[in-house]
Amino acid sequence: MQTAIETFDLTKDYRVGFWRSHPYRALDQLTLSVSPGEVFGFLGPNGAGKTTTLKLLMQLVHPTSGHATILGRPAGEVAVKRRIGFLPENPYFYDHLTAEELLVYFAGLFGEHGAAARARVARLLDLVGIGAERRLQLRKYSKGMVQRVGLAQALVNDPEVIFLDEPMSGLDPLGRRDVRTLVLSLRDEGRTVFFSSHILADAEALCSRVAVLAKGRLVASGRLDEMLAFRVQGREIVAEGVSDQALARLRPRARRAQPLGPGRYAFEFDEAVAPEAIVGEVVAAGARLVSLNPVRESLEDFFVKQVARAEGAPRAV
Amino acid sequence: MRVVWRVAVSVFRESVRDKVLYNLVFFAILLIAASALIGQLSAGQELKIIKDLGLAAMSIFGLFIAVFIGIGLVFKEVERRSIYSLLAKPITRTQFILGKYAGLVLTLAVNLGIMVAAFYAVLAWLDATTPAVLKRAWEAPALDPAMLTAVALVFVQLMVITAVALLFSTFSSPLLSAALTFGVFLAGHFSADLRDLEQAVQSPVITGVTRALYYLLPNLAAFDVKARVVHGDPVLWTDVGLAVGYGVLYIGALLTAAVWIFSRRDFK
Repeated sequence: MQTAIETFDLTKDYRVGFWRSHPYRALDQLTLSVSPGEVFGFLGPNGAGKTTTLKLLMQLVHPTSGHATILGRPAGEVAVKRRIGFLPENPYFYDHLTAEELLVYFAGLFGEHGAAARARVARLLDLVGIGAERRLQLRKYSKGMVQRVGLAQALVNDPEVIFLDEPMSGLDPLGRRDVRTLVLSLRDEGRTVFFSSHILADAEALCSRVAVLAKGRLVASGRLDEMLAFRVQGREIVAEGVSDQALARLRPRARRAQPLGPGRYAFEFDEAVAPEAIVGEVVAAGARLVSLNPVRESLEDFFVKQVARAEGAPRAV
Repeated sequence: MRVVWRVAVSVFRESVRDKVLYNLVFFAILLIAASALIGQLSAGQELKIIKDLGLAAMSIFGLFIAVFIGIGLVFKEVERRSIYSLLAKPITRTQFILGKYAGLVLTLAVNLGIMVAAFYAVLAWLDATTPAVLKRAWEAPALDPAMLTAVALVFVQLMVITAVALLFSTFSSPLLSAALTFGVFLAGHFSADLRDLEQAVQSPVITGVTRALYYLLPNLAAFDVKARVVHGDPVLWTDVGLAVGYGVLYIGALLTAAVWIFSRRDFK
């Protein structure tokens, strides 16, 4: 099966310094592949190289070495651009145009014009929640509204692959929920969504696979459930009717004992402690078991660990 | 071609909304006011002065439009990052540059068209209000169609300047681009003097530099037939053809350089 996005040892050095004499490696030999229909989260702290990667995929910057393909064709080809959509980070559009005019202009670059283009633009603006203000010049828009227009323009050509660079940035909670719904509906329509974010909750809610980038290097990638599932770190038991004696017996063995209410506690035990033994002990102490859950490593824990490890390593070049 | 045209129309629309075209109202008022005043002050010379003033004003106003819009054309897109979403659309960097250029040329053409209309309106008013006996002293008729040749060459000259501004805009800041473009405009009008300088000095280094500049800078004097037209002297079609051909070649070279630089740029 043809991949949707593929990068091969993609590397980008920028020249910095007064005489542009010092190379600075923004991205170091990034190799990854995204399958069609996937929602792929591209994660990393600020300055990790996420935007550089997206710019390389859009050919806004030229790679120092390596290459990238989108839908099996070299990134940057006009034929490829016809089939993709891109929302840049903190987008800016011609502020003398209205949202409607901007989208009609962009639709025109795809060869769509006239009533069909206007109808499509109207549908897209409805989809992203731009109402009557679509006839206002963009200079009068708030940051969140510009972001919504940005999403609409990324979809103006009904793209197969959509690249979103920090799509939640500048959005209020309602806006973020709308974007999540939108991304999920794009996934349901079979489109590939590649989005960069440093907001892990978004990735956890939306992505089937993620890649974690730090200091320009890929530090982890894979299916979210595989990356986190085997990292069960312990078990949490919630019990009620816990007497002082029972508490005195359970507390030393638990990693954490947190009171939740009168006689109600949450105990966290190490992975090594067998769950059956804990349950038996709780019941024997006269307490009632409310719940028993594995404590998994959250994406945030995983992310922090991976990034901390990479941050310890020097940046290439 | 369709994509280039769409970018061009977008540039034109931006210029209109930036109110650049409204300088024409000022121009028209200035021209009319000046002609009325001069009509009272300089008996017998008013036609020549109005023609001189009108053609010069078109050239200067056009220069300002070409420079002040031209220098920001590419820079603004990159600086404000609107280019990110644009270049992700099915458009090549070459089409982008050509579209920007065509858009500015379109803006200039409309500006110049309105200026010419205002200019001819004033001349028509002068023609209608001047007694026949005074008209006999005129070197050329008031509504001389030859003036359109001068205007056409002003237009070609502005197209060259626009291409210069666009070229600078692909790699330098607006302020520097403006300074460089005005520099080229001034030097371009005196490029014949560089030739003379070459003959006047003995130093081989200076000779080399002036010769290089002479060939590198546009010879804008080739587009200036205003004085000849005002005095009713004939302008040869071969001269016009040569000037236009030179202009087209020069613009082609400038745009090629602009595309070459722009295609290699990284938009950080």
